Order: sequence, then structure tokens, then C-alpha cells
Amino acid sequence: MYLSFKNKRIAQILSVLPNKEVLFEDEMENYNFTIAKSLKLKAAMGYNKRRIAEDGTTSSDLCIHGLEYLFNKDLLNKEEIDALILVTQTPDYIMPPTSNIIQGHFSLKQDMVCMDINQGCAGYVIGLMQSFMLLEQEAINKVVLLNADVLSPKVSKKDRNSNPLIGDAASVTVLEKTINHTEIVFSIKMNGEGAFALQIPAGGAKLPNNDQTAISEEDAHGNFRSKDHLVMKGDEVFNFVQSEVPPLILELLSQTHHDKEDIDYYMFHQPNKFMLQKLADKIGIARDKMPSNIVEEFGNSSGVTIPLNITHNLSNILPEKKLKLCLSGFGVGLTWGATIIDLDKDTYLNTINYKK
Amino acid sequence: MKPKIILILSEIRPEFDFDSQINFIESGMLDSFDVVSLVTALDEEFNISIDGLDIVPENFSTLEAMVALLTKYGCK
Repeated sequence: MYLSFKNKRIAQILSVLPNKEVLFEDEMENYNFTIAKSLKLKAAMGYNKRRIAEDGTTSSDLCIHGLEYLFNKDLLNKEEIDALILVTQTPDYIMPPTSNIIQGHFSLKQDMVCMDINQGCAGYVIGLMQSFMLLEQEAINKVVLLNADVLSPKVSKKDRNSNPLIGDAASVTVLEKTINHTEIVFSIKMNGEGAFALQIPAGGAKLPNNDQTAISEEDAHGNFRSKDHLVMKGDEVFNFVQSEVPPLILELLSQTHHDKEDIDYYMFHQPNKFMLQKLADKIGIARDKMPSNIVEEFGNSSGVTIPLNITHNLSNILPEKKLKLCLSGFGVGLTWGATIIDLDKDTYLNTINYKK
Repeated sequence: MKPKIILILSEIRPEFDFDSQINFIESGMLDSFDVVSLVTALDEEFNISIDGLDIVPENFSTLEAMVALLTKYGCK
């Protein structure tokens, strides 16, 4: 499905990283691999460092820290916010919506829209799409899109499929109306038949958490996890990404009359380095046009890897040159989507660390 | 080509003899993480990029399967 927007832009992106850094070498003994094998995988997959939240730190904490920073620096005016969207798989509570909690924390005006969206690795792209849809309304001139995940507590330390990569992070993206006729086009696809390729089996209504769901069991590949933990069918996810994402990108380029070279950077979600390099090769673009350093330096923080990719890698480049970016996210759902969007030279980009 | 593949396999899993007819995947000699290391090493050794859709167990289950795969990419 293609969706098209005009006269809108991203004005600011701020990424928020927790301070706790975990090194792959410090956890290697959990994974039941030889040291030599672990080090080979480190190079191929991009296992290196990851940032995780301290116990008790939640998605709203990271988001509130980011918003406070923007308010305190006079980069964002509370009164101007007409909608607050939070994309997360780790809300503070099942109810109420975490976006409402954040609205209440800052005593934002009541004449606004708050909305939680349950999405994962494609969540930033879905959140941008929803933000631009809200900006179509006359009453809405500025939208704050929050994207946050604190998934590390939901991953077994002895799951070598997921634990070496998982990171926590949040981002605050401010979107607004502008006089710019450059079209912003999204391509979004969903396949619920693959919904259980990425899952936390227990904790919802179908299987509430209990003593049984907390029991850790060994799978066929030597990973230990319980039903309270994230489980990823790695082979299925890899095949899904390799088969569905390249045609999505090539068709979006064709639909918008762009050549591959017209795009300055392909800022994709970063599940692991190996998958990204294979995607770049398959799409036919240089690997340095698709950065893969976020997963190595900070871990895979679901959809937040996209805004973090932008703030970490482009904050020194953007002031010199307006950039045309292709953003793409893919994962839980199964959901995959992409957009081609310009970032103006004056777009505020920054990465900060969370402080309690 | 075969000796190069065997050398790479032996570096990844030195405890096994890969000069055999056994199915490397079904026998557990190679797991999915080994395949990632193997693809990375083959890409580098033969200066190719194995397509993501070709990274399936059957293409790495025997030496013959790997030779057939690499031949498809023009390797000799």
C-alpha cells in the first residue's frame, strides 16, 4: 500500500540511550559456544556493545527524559504539541496508555490526541506514517512521535539468538506542517500469517504470566528461555527480510521515480550487521550507503534503531547538505515498510544519554 | 574449489571431518550460526555476495551442494 503526503517535515529527532553498556565478551560464556566461534560471530553479526536500561527504567522514563531535554533547551514548546504518539512494545502498563501517562507528567494541554501504537522493528516507519496522517487535519500542526523499547528484561540471558543483540533506547521526533511540495511516499505491508515468528508467548490474555511460564527450557538449538521471554525464529525472520524488503525498496524507488543513486543514505532498522550487508548487496547499493554500526555500538533497539541511526550518523553531515533518505523497518507483525523523505539542513539531530 | 571450502569449514568447526558424505546440517556439524560464518568466509574468499535467499540449509548440507552454489556465482 502506498501513502503519499505533502507540506510536512521532520523538524527534530532526539535519541535517548540508557547509560548501562554491556560488552559481548562479558556475556560470551552464557552462549554455550567456543570462544573462537563467538569471536567469528561477533565480526559477522556485529555483536559488540549494547546499551540496556537499569532495572526499573521504563519506556516512559526514557521518553520523558528526551522531552524534558527539548523543553529545557527551548527546542520544543509544550503548548504547540497537538498530538503525542508513542510506538512501543514495552508500555509501562497494559492500561492506561503510556502516551497518556507522559501527557499527564508534563501537564500538556487537554485539547490534543494521545495514542499508543504496538509495533516493533517497523514501528518508526508506522509512527511517521500515523504522524503525517494526523498532520493532514487542520487542527493539528505539530506532532511528537515517541518511539521507545525496553525489551532487554524480556530476553533470556542464555538465548544466543537474541540476547547478544538486544538494546534499549528511545527517540523523540517532532513533525510539523511546512510549505514544501516535495512528496513523502510510504510503502507499508503486513502479513499476520507470520505473526508468531517474533513473539513473547506469555503475559497477555491468551497466556497470563504464572509460575509455569517462568520456567526456563532448552530449545533444539541449545538456547534457554521461558515463555515470558522473547522468542525469535531466526531463520524465518531472515528469509522474510531477504525476500520481502528488497522488492519493497525497489518498487518504492520506481513508484517515486528515483534511481538508487538519488538516495543519499538508506537508513534501515538494524537487526544485525550480516542481514544488513546482505540487504545492501541484494538491493544493489554500496554497503557504506546503509550504515550498520548502530547494532554494533548500541544494540538492536527495535524501531528506534532508525532514528538513532540518523542522529548518530548524520548529525555532522546534515548541516552541510539537505539529505534524501530511504528509511525502512521490518519485523514483528510481520510488518515491513519504507519511506523516502528529505531532511532539511536545519533539522535538529542529537543523541543524549538517559539520567535518572 | 573443494579444498578451499574444506579449509574454511575446518576453521569454523575444527572438531569435524568435512571431507565426508555426511549431511553437515542434519548431523549437527553446522548450525545456523556456523552458516553465517561460512557465508561470510565464502563471500570473502571468492569475492562474491551469496544472495540472502540462497542462505538455506540445503545449499550448505554437503560439499557438493556448496560447490553447486558457488558455481552458480561463477566461482571456479
